Amino acid sequence: MKITEEMVDYIALLSRLKPDAEEKVQMTAELEKIVSYMDVLNILDTDGVEPLSHVFPIRNVMRSDEVSSSFPREELLKNAPSRDDEAFLAPKAVEG
Amino acid sequence: MTWETVIGLETHVELATKTKIFCSCTTEFGGAPNTHCCPVCTGMPGTLPVLNEKVLEFAVKAGIALNGEITRHCKFDRKNYFYPDLPKAYQVSQLYLPIVRNGKVPIRTESGTEKVIRIHELHMEEDAGKLVHDPWLDQTKCDYNRCGVPLIEIVTEPDFRTSKEVIAYLEKLKSTLQYLGVSDCKMQEGSLRCDVNLSVRPAGSTQLGTRTEMKNLSSFKAIARAIAYESRRQIELIEEGKKVLQETRRWDENKDATFAMRSKEDAQDYRYFPEPDIPPLVISAEYLDDVRRRQPEMAEEKMVRYQQEYDLPVYDAQMLTEQKALADFFESCVTLGAEAKQSANWIMGQVLGQLSAKAMEAKNMKLTPSTLVTLISMVKEGRLNRNTAVKVFEDVFDTDEDVEEYVKVHGLAQINDPTALAAAVEKVFAANSQSVTDYRSGKEKAYGFLVGQVMREMKGRADPQAVNEAVRDKLSG
Repeated sequence: MKITEEMVDYIALLSRLKPDAEEKVQMTAELEKIVSYMDVLNILDTDGVEPLSHVFPIRNVMRSDEVSSSFPREELLKNAPSRDDEAFLAPKAVEG
Repeated sequence: MTWETVIGLETHVELATKTKIFCSCTTEFGGAPNTHCCPVCTGMPGTLPVLNEKVLEFAVKAGIALNGEITRHCKFDRKNYFYPDLPKAYQVSQLYLPIVRNGKVPIRTESGTEKVIRIHELHMEEDAGKLVHDPWLDQTKCDYNRCGVPLIEIVTEPDFRTSKEVIAYLEKLKSTLQYLGVSDCKMQEGSLRCDVNLSVRPAGSTQLGTRTEMKNLSSFKAIARAIAYESRRQIELIEEGKKVLQETRRWDENKDATFAMRSKEDAQDYRYFPEPDIPPLVISAEYLDDVRRRQPEMAEEKMVRYQQEYDLPVYDAQMLTEQKALADFFESCVTLGAEAKQSANWIMGQVLGQLSAKAMEAKNMKLTPSTLVTLISMVKEGRLNRNTAVKVFEDVFDTDEDVEEYVKVHGLAQINDPTALAAAVEKVFAANSQSVTDYRSGKEKAYGFLVGQVMREMKGRADPQAVNEAVRDKLSG
């Protein structure tokens, strides 16, 4: 599968990345490599094979509905690039 | 041309679990911003979410009650989008193998016939955080307390044709979920939210028109108005030769109109993929049987039982079972010894009357069954006349005061003293000789007047039956 510049632009937009021209060239090449590797899988006949939903043979991992204390807010906000006393701050996202 | 409106609903319901879907933070409503959070629900790298077993149980319970098929091998998927209400930049949801498919919800239409609304699917997912724009900073404040609160999303087929059908379905859904105890369904707190997909087409056509999705509908009233507005808007567009655009529109309660929302920068491409952090769920036959066995008695079953066990008319049985809290109230009254039909009459008349006058739901009412039962027995024992009892009921409805005490303090007990009654009759007849003459000359109306006067003389506290008899005796005597 051929990765076009438009595809890279679209993926960058969805990922909120702003690659420069040089990075775009690099990404195009890398993505093409990754996607063409998938062609290897297409060699196999997978008709009638159940899709794998998880790589480990485990299932039904659950916990009981019991409250434990939350995390100190100050700790949670520590890594935020932008914050005030009580909240994470993000660029304007609310309508209106 | 006649147009037909076609509507499908996506309803998000917050589950009444104590903790969030993938971590042990509380789901309690409110709380200072970001105080019900931990590294899991704020999406810190390296954390491992673990499913709350109650979420699965509640989803299965709801699925069974909505007559759906439970997906025995089910899993979660990631829905990717960048928006600050989701700190992980994806929502854990279910796309490929939702827990429930092909449900059916019977509703009663306006004409009284039954209509079945098909449920396309019901899936489990996590709620997002709350964003508040700060005009001073010109930035958006993110409160992640709601992040990770468990939701079920119930998606119907486009089976509705009118807003009345939509409301009937939502009432039914709400009642069912409340009976199950899986959600409190409080619209004002956002624990029941509804998006409306709507399109129009020429009546008789079998093809669907282009639909819009409406959000921000915070009450049944808003839903009905938004449906009316949006179908009119679409019909006008088409009649003007214009096209309906497939878009998300926001209902503005104050402007009474819908507005196109700025698209999330054309990112309707969610790039779903299987959630690798959460192992798949395999639901055994034993598990299903166990949940089935523990399903509570639902409204339909109660309706049948009330008719058989208490000999109530269909109408009463239906009214009493519409809200679980009301049915519980009724059953408590009967358990406390009140006669079933008496209790039903009081509940349908006075209780529902007060609730509707105060725009309240039965589950928020303060009045206890024992108060009503006391009142009923006081009437039955002739210690309170019925009209006074209704007044007392209204007075104690908000406070649940001790009615015996209330009646004593306010001097409202029924006067059963025949001498006092005879004296009152004497007095009224003496003062209203004209009415007595009128009655005897055939004016029936005078009788009612005399009864009213005697009751007034007794300060409203006499037994109406006794007053009637005393007046009649006196007139014929």
